[in-house]
Amino acid sequence: MRITVDEEKCCGAGQCVVIAPEVFDQRDEDGIVVLLDAAPAADQHEGARESAGVCPAAAIQLHEDA
Amino acid sequence: MSTPSDVLVVGASAAGLAVTESLRRKGYRGRITLLGEEAGAPYDRPPLSKQVLAGTWEAERTQLRTRDVLDALDAELVLGERAVALDAATRTVRTGSGAELRAEAVVLATGLHARRLPGLSGAAGVHVLRTLDDAGRLREELLKAERVVVVGDGVLGAEIAATARLMGADVTLAGPQTAPMRAQLGDDVAQLLAALHSEHGVRLRPDSPVDGLETAGGRVTGVRTVGDVRTVTDVRAAVGDRPVGGGEVLRADLVVEAVGGIPATDWLTDSGLVLRDGVVCDSRCRAADGVYAAGDVARFHHEGLGRSLRLENRTNATEQATLVAANILGEDRPYSPVPYFWTDQFGVRIQVYGLPAPTATVRIVEGAVEQGRFVARYVDNEDRPVAVLGWNMPKQARLHSQHLLGRYAPAPRPTSAATPR
Repeated sequence: MRITVDEEKCCGAGQCVVIAPEVFDQRDEDGIVVLLDAAPAADQHEGARESAGVCPAAAIQLHEDA
Repeated sequence: MSTPSDVLVVGASAAGLAVTESLRRKGYRGRITLLGEEAGAPYDRPPLSKQVLAGTWEAERTQLRTRDVLDALDAELVLGERAVALDAATRTVRTGSGAELRAEAVVLATGLHARRLPGLSGAAGVHVLRTLDDAGRLREELLKAERVVVVGDGVLGAEIAATARLMGADVTLAGPQTAPMRAQLGDDVAQLLAALHSEHGVRLRPDSPVDGLETAGGRVTGVRTVGDVRTVTDVRAAVGDRPVGGGEVLRADLVVEAVGGIPATDWLTDSGLVLRDGVVCDSRCRAADGVYAAGDVARFHHEGLGRSLRLENRTNATEQATLVAANILGEDRPYSPVPYFWTDQFGVRIQVYGLPAPTATVRIVEGAVEQGRFVARYVDNEDRPVAVLGWNMPKQARLHSQHLLGRYAPAPRPTSAATPR
């Protein structure tokens, strides 16, 4: 799995950080998503999928076969 | 109830899509049908009043998922087809073209219609903003408009006023409250927002409900407000408009009505479901056996607050949809969220967790108002936190919002295992 994030779409809600803190963080200054791990290990995939699903700005894209 | 063999989701916007995705994420292999009134692929609404209206995003950028991702869901998308009736007992939906769709579980996610004021209909130049098409039409006219009046001082009205002002229009924001978004922000922060709008040149008309239109040749030329004498005097001095019936006339060649939404339940009148400002559900978001509701249309029992609640927030659409998917698959979980929304106006990002009472005491717990960045905590009269607000401090606001969890979480159920000795 490969993850990309769209910083311009991100609204800073931080739901991804709550769900998958090893994959996502937020910048201190403006709350925009920081991708900590663009190709996470298998045990992080479920959290990454849930994060992409609930992101209120549709700012997280997953590339499952990458 | 055992896992249903098929699921019908009515409404193909954020909530409907999220139910579908969440079912698949949880491994559901049954048939899913996603029925949507609008013809295009599911899109996101928060950017409509901001990036789409401003023209910084093309319409395609609001699409919630790419075609590939939608295809991978293996759901049947029936788009451009309106649901016109439901029989809750047999879980059968009739559509505008006369088709009947039946499933073992039905999810109602039809959202809202824009509310219209009776006195404002029937003239060219009066707009609402709910759909992508609405946004396109409004943008086209905004580019030519000279005097814009936004009627309604809630979240949407304030966002549209800010966007229109940044596009160069002369903008007046009129509404019944003492300051924009007072119901969502409380007195103190709403006054800060009013100041932000004033600094950027938006004319504010607080305490000014609108009750009618002025027209010429079928086109709007102004709106009439109901104002008190003090406001009228100020306004006459400021803009030279003539007072009418104790209010004033705000001249406009473009009017945007942003006076809230009405749950899209008109098609459910004979469904057998209980409707009361939304589809009435239990704490599991269940409206009847095998019938659930999610998103703006759902009125659910919030166990933590001990009352029914209907939330018109973007994150609610997804979170509630996720819970509905879990409950369809037999999890039996209550929905008791900490309500959350955000808004962006004039480069300020405001985020609110919880439900601030307009008169709650507000304490700055991080940053400072003068710095243009702060986190505020709202407390009730027993000093318990009821809401947290971030003003240009998203991460910090989220961290502070953790203190609210206890207030919104449902009390643990008295089971034998949990009973104290």
